Parts: sequence; structure tokens; C-alpha cells
Amino acid sequence: MGPFIVQFLTGLSNASALFLVAAGLSLIFGVSRVVNMAHGSFYMVGAYVAYFAISWLPKGGFWFWGGILIAAVVVGLLGTVVEVLLLRRIYRAPELFMLMATFAVLLVIQDLALWVFGAEDLLGPRAPGLDGSIQILGALMPEYDIALILIAPLVLVGLWFLLNRTRWGVLVRAATEDREMLAALGVNQKRLFTGVFFLGSFLAGLGGAVQLPKGGADLLMDLNVIAAAFVVVVVGGMGSIPGAFLAALILGELTSFGVLFIPQSTLVMMFFVMAVVLVIRPYGLLGKPEGVEHTVSELAQWPLRKASRKLRVTGAVLAAVLLAFPLFAGSFQLILIGEIAMFALACMSLFFITGPGGMVSFGHAAFFGGGAYAAALFVHHVNTPMELALLLAPTCMALLALVIGWFCVRLSGVYLAMLTLAFAQICWAVVCQWGRFTGGDDGVLGIWPSPWAGNEVIFYYLAIIISGGGILALRYLLFTPFGYAMRACRDSRLRAAAIGIHVRRRQWYSFAVAGMFAGLAGGIYVFSKGSVFPYEMSIPRSFDILLSVLLGGIHSLSGPVVGSAAFIGLEDLISRVHFWRLILGSIFILLVVCFPQGIAGYFSARFAKEPGDQEAGSERSG
Amino acid sequence: MTKLLQVDGLYKSFGGVEAVKGVSFDLEEGELLAMIGPNGAGKSTCFNVINGQLTPDRGSVKILGQDTTGMKPHNICALGVGRTFQVTATFPSMTVLENVQMVFLSARGRLSTVHRTVSRLFVEQAMDLLRVVGVESQWARPCGILAYGDLKRVELAMALANRPRLLLMDEPTAGMGIKERLTLMKLIGKIASERAIGVLFTEHDMDVVFAHADRIIVLNHGVLIAQGSPAEVRDNHEVRRIYLGSYAR
Amino acid sequence: MRVVRIVMICFAMNFIAAALAVPLSFAGGAITVGEINTYSKLTNFTIPYRNGWRLAVEEINNSGGIGGKKLEVISRDDAGKPGNAVKIAEELVRRDKVALLMGSFFSHVGLALTDFAKRNRVFYLAAEPLSDALVWAKGNRYTFRLRPSTYMQAAMLAEEAAKNPARRWATIAPNYAYGKDAVKSFVRILKAKRPDVQFVAAQWPALFKIDAGSEIQALAKADPQAVYNVTFSGDLAKFVREGKLRGFFKGRFMVSLLTGEPEYLDPLRGEAPEGWLVTGYPWYDIKTRAHTRFLEAYRKKYNDYPRMGSVVGYNMVLAVASMLNRAGDTNTDRMVRAMEGLTFPSPFGPITFRKIDHQSTMGTFVGYTTLKNGKGVMRDWRYADGREYLPGDAEVRSLRPRD
Repeated sequence: MGPFIVQFLTGLSNASALFLVAAGLSLIFGVSRVVNMAHGSFYMVGAYVAYFAISWLPKGGFWFWGGILIAAVVVGLLGTVVEVLLLRRIYRAPELFMLMATFAVLLVIQDLALWVFGAEDLLGPRAPGLDGSIQILGALMPEYDIALILIAPLVLVGLWFLLNRTRWGVLVRAATEDREMLAALGVNQKRLFTGVFFLGSFLAGLGGAVQLPKGGADLLMDLNVIAAAFVVVVVGGMGSIPGAFLAALILGELTSFGVLFIPQSTLVMMFFVMAVVLVIRPYGLLGKPEGVEHTVSELAQWPLRKASRKLRVTGAVLAAVLLAFPLFAGSFQLILIGEIAMFALACMSLFFITGPGGMVSFGHAAFFGGGAYAAALFVHHVNTPMELALLLAPTCMALLALVIGWFCVRLSGVYLAMLTLAFAQICWAVVCQWGRFTGGDDGVLGIWPSPWAGNEVIFYYLAIIISGGGILALRYLLFTPFGYAMRACRDSRLRAAAIGIHVRRRQWYSFAVAGMFAGLAGGIYVFSKGSVFPYEMSIPRSFDILLSVLLGGIHSLSGPVVGSAAFIGLEDLISRVHFWRLILGSIFILLVVCFPQGIAGYFSARFAKEPGDQEAGSERSG
Repeated sequence: MTKLLQVDGLYKSFGGVEAVKGVSFDLEEGELLAMIGPNGAGKSTCFNVINGQLTPDRGSVKILGQDTTGMKPHNICALGVGRTFQVTATFPSMTVLENVQMVFLSARGRLSTVHRTVSRLFVEQAMDLLRVVGVESQWARPCGILAYGDLKRVELAMALANRPRLLLMDEPTAGMGIKERLTLMKLIGKIASERAIGVLFTEHDMDVVFAHADRIIVLNHGVLIAQGSPAEVRDNHEVRRIYLGSYAR
Repeated sequence: MRVVRIVMICFAMNFIAAALAVPLSFAGGAITVGEINTYSKLTNFTIPYRNGWRLAVEEINNSGGIGGKKLEVISRDDAGKPGNAVKIAEELVRRDKVALLMGSFFSHVGLALTDFAKRNRVFYLAAEPLSDALVWAKGNRYTFRLRPSTYMQAAMLAEEAAKNPARRWATIAPNYAYGKDAVKSFVRILKAKRPDVQFVAAQWPALFKIDAGSEIQALAKADPQAVYNVTFSGDLAKFVREGKLRGFFKGRFMVSLLTGEPEYLDPLRGEAPEGWLVTGYPWYDIKTRAHTRFLEAYRKKYNDYPRMGSVVGYNMVLAVASMLNRAGDTNTDRMVRAMEGLTFPSPFGPITFRKIDHQSTMGTFVGYTTLKNGKGVMRDWRYADGREYLPGDAEVRSLRPRD
């Protein structure tokens, strides 16, 4: 019995740690709708600051907890600085852009942390007075875990009082429930948001600091914790603090006992739970439905316009340059351009559902990497020729997208995005674990093009034609009834249903089309690299694609191409210097502040006349 | 002859609050039926139940004799029901013309078409409808930047595009000037009689209601308290007490 | 617009910074080689590693270079992405015209480069990746590997572990290829030596996301007499701390891969476990002349002590330099032939690249951990030479595809 109780208590202490990180994230999202990717960074900074504060302060229990509090306050201030200097400028930008801004902050903090805190892993100090263990029916349980189990409910109660018994808290809750109303009440939103950001970051710092005695501080903490934190927030219902607590409890216990009964489950347990919860409860355990019509209104203001003559000329010139490129470029440039093109197709497929479709996916790498794997596995196991593999990859991914999409289109907004993430992570785990078939982490090697396409110039043309063709096909699709129906569902679900459009079905089909083209991109990609590894299906890969789309601009049809070129170009250019993440992050921040509509969006907005001018009309009649 | 719409003993509650309590009425072809009542009387709930957005707790809805209780909006639309909303719902990123084209595409089952662009499909038919409702000059402008009155007309065009037998109009003239209101209602009445469409509409402006409705039903606290011709309703004591007050002098 | 100008200036600055960061390739006067590693992650390994290879390059160039030519290294960061590594390899080979490629840490990145080397007939020396597949199942003519593989290190530990009377064993390893290979090899070799042992539990925490408390409880439930651990870095720290607090290590024989390496042992400080059988690098106690010379040079240049990564980086460049001296030029076929059977002197003594599978015979140190002056160190260690822990030639031939 003892071991089971201890396992249970261990699960509780895990839950505590999870709750502390997730509470701040949920709070920030609830009020400001910022999907704060930098939350994990705040957590990491909290751990480091607490470590140095505790080793600098005198020994003893008082100073230990003092150090933790100092760290939490420091991180809270850091969050405030980020909010005031960066996020405040872009609250009017689309929500997704805030995601990009906070991702940039994450990149910057990664390198700053390396610079300030050093490369070596730090082992956390033990908590004075809580450095032993107690006996529970013959099993030992660390005292600090018991303390942790108590801390989370204390924080929960504290937050409850703050949110329910103070004027500030009431305003915060009002903001969570109805932002427009808050503005109408004449509340100083700026100060409120800054305050919430302080509190949220404070909690992240506290979470990082409090876990010190259970582990320590290292430079991978930020990315390692952020996914788990998001899962807790989403499972609990975004913006709901009690929900986060409940979700942390469930996830903490399930992972703890999962380890006991299914040791292999560690890769995927959390995401599996999230998928199940979201399928059953589309807004998390204690979340409330969002006003669906509000979430996409900002996108709906951007009409889709056919290419102006100027753009067509530019496109033709670009195509001509690309076709003539092998005449004057070196072989590496060909490879780089080819890669940009393939990646642009993947980006375009994500843009297709995210921009005009209004469905954000955080798991698009499932289809990109999945396409790469499908092609590679056909070649590897049954010696499929390249030409056939390039057909089979998109077919398989369309089928996969039909399966995943069937669940996802029942959701909307961030919940939909997180469900795609969960499915992508499940696919990734399958590829990792099913080593006999997929090669596991060692990947699939030796996937080279057919002999006729082995030459780099020919392969370049192949890549350009397939990717360019795919991009143009997706673009064309947006102007057909198929694309219009998808856009109609984004613009107004209400109206779409009222004129007889089966909204979910349209979204489902669109999802499958996006998956298919991402699969095509992955299929050609694997032949250019010769090998494929689970990384191509992982979360970071999904975010590569998403960031590129945002970089180009979610409002502009040429955004994905521009974004892909900018992303791969930047990555290639600055990965030569040390601290390149610092530079990349700073560039992202600048872009977000200067071009809130993305690069392509900025230029098309600058060069186009007012939307709806006669330009569009004359072209249609002409 | 079958009734266009038969609503029978409708109940719907939200978290313990009964919004609609046993409402029954029906509607004939070519008839303009106005549903009136103070705010919170249950008008919008009734509309949303008939439209399929809400499922009633009890009671049934029949359209053209077919039981549609619990059917989804897109299926109800296919039976020949057009709808306009209290707060206009159009596709703001599309032009006026495209908005109407969408209805044709949907009604003719062309939504999965991938080999032709929208710009070549149902243009003439859509333009004809825009002329009918009088916004043809605006055809190339996105709905997102249209004036409110024009939007209402676009919605009307969209509601008419799939050749409906029944029109559900939630405050079709809200936010318009008085002159525009009367013109629009006259237009609706004309279309309804020409095409033998039954129209169920709600309206706050009693001038509009009494000038245009063939028949009126009155809701209060989710209960149907009176129905009949405008004259009958005007003379109903309870209606006067609860709702019309000073209006019906 | 002002913001636009600012952005443009930033872009321009980046271009300049990038341009400056790329060393010019000296056509006649230098031999340029490409080096790829995951510098933006795993800094506790890669920074000492970079120090190591830079020291070797400096020493070689100070003593006249290679056949009178200077050795230039273009070093790039793959960010742990195999696709990036291949792209960088393409660039190094095609644009920078490097003579050969070397480096990498993660096995999957190493395997991606292995495949690249095969297809493009480029010489590639994998420095750190431990995957057995690199030289066996996925091995090829153009790829060599320096470090002792997962199999070799597991074999070293299994040999010593077999001497312990423990019969009930459990394993805990990160849930990815390295962990799985390390467990598979260890189990196989230990069972071959000791048919009486049984494995009663296998735990697979996610890499760098270990839930140490739960894992310890799960292991304790199986009540093994001995445990084989493959977790490392931050996972190891958590595992050790929870295990101590929960009294798990008491009376149990612990065997742990890589834990004696300063990269992983030193962060544990006073909490370093005692009496674990580990592989590692006791730089403080190695008194051979070759090592002392390396240690002094390293300390002089960096004012720091070397880690295992430093030796790997150092040996990597030494191996390449010796090979280039022997080959006489940078023709890939001649380089491959020169590398096969090449023996070069290293801080760990002479190391040979086997002709049969292109694995080097670089070994590692096997010993027990203990605390000394509040720091974890290795005691009773010995150098396990790699050549003694490789399977027989017939088996190797069956493992490796024909070229």
C-alpha cells in the first residue's frame, strides 16, 4: 500500500508544479488573449534567478523562501517590461501575431540566458528544513514534495481571493469574460493588462523557482515546460484558474501512474489526455465557449483579391528568374532555392486553412513530416519509384488529415490549434516508438531521387515545378467555389449555415486539402534530403512552418512564399554567427512591431488602393 | 392545402430560465406574419428554433408539412427557408455580388467545384437579385465596408437567392431611417406576394408592423398572448396593457 | 518611413555580421574542412568540444600545418535539426569547397550526415554520435566514427557489472534511440555473461522531461538488486536527487552510462552518487605523458579543465590531420584509404580507425564514483580500450552492408 500512496503523492506534487506554471499562462491568455510562448522562458529565468539569489543570500529557511520570492518578483518585472515595450504596441494586431512576438522573446531569452547564466547545468539547492524524507507505510517520501503539494492549493486560494475579493480581480474577471464590455466601462485596459502580465510572469517565475529543489536550472527548461503548460491550460479551459488546477491534478496523477503501468507512455501521455478531453469537451474541462463570431473578425476584413497586373508581372518575372536560375547560380544556391520552394508549399498549405480558412494549426508538421515519412517508407519497404511515392505521399496525408480533421473541425480557435498539436504529437510518438516499421529515432535513410532526377539542376526544376505548381493550385483553389465556401465558414458560420453550407464538412474537406499539399511538400522534401527523422513531425517543425506563415503575413496570398524565403534565408544567413537566436528574435520583434500585417501584407497594403475600390471590379468585368 | 409553417407547443429554456413556453402558430403562403413583443419575450429564441440553430425542449416545427424539429440549419435551408439576422450576417471579406453568388453555389450543390472560379458562376442571376433589392450599384464592394442599410438589402437578396418558400427575418429594418424602412417593407411585401413566399418577421417599429403585416402574433415572457389581424391585435386589451401602451391610441 | 529604414539597417548589419563570420577560404594556402554541431543546444557539451578542436587546430597550425598548408575549420550550428545539417553540409561542400566534414552530437543528425556522405561521396568523420547504426547497419565507405559507440560502452559496463552478484536487474533510459540501443546492448551482453540474471523492470522517461519521483517509485516497486541507468544531463540530476531522497540507491548496485564524464558528474557537486559503476573521464588522475601534455595545454589556453567533449573535439582534429598527412591530398578516395587503418597518437594513447567498420578504437574510462572534497570523482578506474569491446570480425561483417 505504501508505494501506491507515495506514487499518488508524487503525482500530486507533479500536479502542483504543473499548476504553478500553467496558472500564470491561463491568466494571461484569459485576459489579453496572448498565447504567450515566452512563458517557459520566464519559468527558466525564475529558476536561474532563484538559484543565484539563494546561493548569494545567507543560509536558512527564511532566506531560501526569500530567494524564491525575489526570483518570482524579478521575473514578474521582466514580464512587465516585455508587455510594456513590446506587446502593448501590438494588441491591435491579430492574435497570431502576438504568438510570434512572444516566440521572438523566447528566442532572445534563450541566448541571453546562455550569456548571463552560463552553459553548465545547475543542480538546485535543497530546501533548508525540508531536505529529508518521511516514512509512509514503509516507503520514503521527500518532505519537499509534501511542501509542494501544499503550495499549489495555497496559490489557488490566493488567486481566488485576488480575483473574487478585490476590485482589480473583478476587473480581471470581467476582462476574461467580455473585453468589449470592459472597454465600455472606461477601465484603463493598459494598466490592467500590465498588471495581469506581471502576475502571470510572477507565477511563472515562482513555478521555476519552486521546482529548484526537485531538479535545477538548465537551458532547455523553457521549451521542455512550455508544451506541458499549454496542455494543462487547454485541458482545464483557457482562462480558468480552477480548470488549470483540476487539469494539473488529472495530468499529474495520470503521468505518475502511467509511468508505473505503461513505462513507454512518457512521450505521449499528456497529449493523449488532451486529445481525449478536447474531443469530449471542446472548451476544456471548465472553459467557456468563446464568442465564435468574434475570433476571426479581424481576418474577415481582408478581402481576397485577384492578382493585380503589377503582381502578375512580378510573378512572371520571378518564375522566369527561377527557371533561368541554374544558368548563373552555383549548385548550393539551387539547393537553397529548392528548399525555400518546398517549404513555401508547406507554408502555403498551412496558410490555406489558417488565413482564408480561419483554422489555426499548431501541428502542421504532422502532414509535412508525415508526407516525408510516407514517401520514405514506401521507397524503403516496397521499393516504390520516386514518381509513385510523390503521388502516394499526398494521398496518405489527405487520408490522415481526414481522420485528424474530423475531430478538429468540431473545435475553434486556440482549442482547435491545440488539438492539432495533440494529434501531431501522437503521430510523432508513433513514428518514434514503432522502430521496426519507421526506423524510430534513427530515421529512414537512403531516399534519393530516381536516377533521371539525380542531377541537381533537374531536381531543382522538379522541386520548383512541384512546389510552384502546388502553390498555384492552392491559390487557384481559393478563387473557386471550394475556397469561397471555406472562406464563407470563416467569415460567418451563422450566415454560412443559413444559406445551406454544411460548415463542418467544408472545414473538414479544406483540412484534408491542406494536409494533402503539406504531404506533397514533405514528399519532395525527403528526396532532397535523402533521409527523414521524427524531427520533421515534431512541435518545433510545426512552429517553423507557422512562424514563416506569420512572417509573410496572414492576410496576403503571397505571404507564405515571402515568409518561407525570409525564414529559410534568415536561418541560413545568421546561423553562422554565435547568438544567432538573439539576432533572429530581435528581427522577429522588429518585424512584428513595424509590419504587424507581415512582410507581404505590409507591401500589398501599401501598394494597393483602398479595399473595394474599382480595381477589383474592373478586373472582374475585364 | 398544407401550411407553410406550423409551430406547435414550443418550449425552450436556458439554464432554468424558460425563454419560450408553449408557443404555437402557423403561417400560410404569401402571408406576412409579424411577431412582436417586448425585449426578452422570446422572439429570437423562436426564430432560432425554427431556423435550426436551437433544438426545442418540447414541441415541434413543421415546414411544408415536414417535421424539421432538431434539424441542422443547413438542412432546413435546403427545404427552402431564407433567413436574415438581427445583427446582419454576411461574408464581410466578399463583395456584395459574391455574397449572393455563394447562395446560388450552395443551393445548386456547387460548393465542391474546383475547376472553375467563382467569378464565372451565377453572375447574371446574382446581379438580377441585386437589382431586385436595389443594391446593384454596390456589387463590387466588400460587405465589410458597406453601409448598414445596404447590408440589410444584401441579406435580403441572399435570403431570396435559393428560391425560398419561407423567409425568416429578424428585425429586417433595424437601424434604418423611417423612409427606408417603409420602402424596404413594401419591397418585401411585393416579393412575398409575387413569389408566394410566407414571411415571418419581428419588428420593433409598430408603424412598420401595422402598415405591412397581414397578421400579428404577440409574445410576452415566452407566452403567446394574442394573434390576429392588425386591427384585432390593436384592440386586444392585454396587448395594449403589456406592450403597445401609448402607441394604440 | 523611419521604421522601414531601421529594419533595413538591421538587415544590412546582419548581412555584414554574417559575412564577417565566414572565414575566407584560402584556395592555395590552406586546407578547409567543415564542422557541424549542435551549438545552440547542449552547450555543456558543445562548448568544451569546440574548445578542444580549436586547441588542436591551433597546435597543428603552430607546428607548420599539414604539408605546409594551414588547417582552416568552418564551423556551423545545425540547431539539432537533421534537415538543417544536410543543408549546411551541401553548402560547405558545394560553396565553401571543404575537403571533408566532421562533427555532430545527436545520432539522428549524425545519421543524416552519414547518408549525405554516402550519396555525395564526401568524407565524414562523426565525432560524438553514439548510434551503433552509424558504422554498422547504416555504415558506408565514407563515414568514420571516433567515439566508442553505445554498444562498446555498454559492453565495457556489462563486463564489469557481470562480476557483481546481483541477479534482479532493472533499467531506466531516455525514450529514444540512444537509450533503447544502450539498454538492448547491455541486456544482451550481460545475459550472455550471466545467464542467471533477469530484468524485472524497464523505465523509459522522455528525454529531458523525466518525472523522476514517479520513475523512482516505479523502479522501487519492481525491487531490483541492481539498476542500469542511461539518463544523463538534467534528467540524471533529477534522478539522483529523487533517488537519494527516496532511499532508492541504498543497498542497490547502480551502473550508469556516461555518468563519470565531467559534463554530467560535475553539475551534481556534493550530491554526486557514490559507488556507481560508470563510464567517464577522470582527467584529474590520468598521468600518462600524452594526457598531461594535453591537460596543460588546455588549461593554459582556456583556464579551465577539459571535459569529455574537449577530448572528442581535440581527437577529431588530430585524427583528421593525421589522415591528411597520410593521404597527401584531399581526394576523397585517397582520404578514405588513408583513414582506414590509420593510427594516431591521442591524449588517451594511440587510436586506430578499423578498416572493417570505420569505427575508431578510442576507448573510455570505467570506474566507480566517489566523493572527494565535496565533488564527484571516479575511483578504481581503468582505461577500457575500444578495440577489446567490439564484436568479432564475422559479426561485424554481417552487421554492415557491403559498400
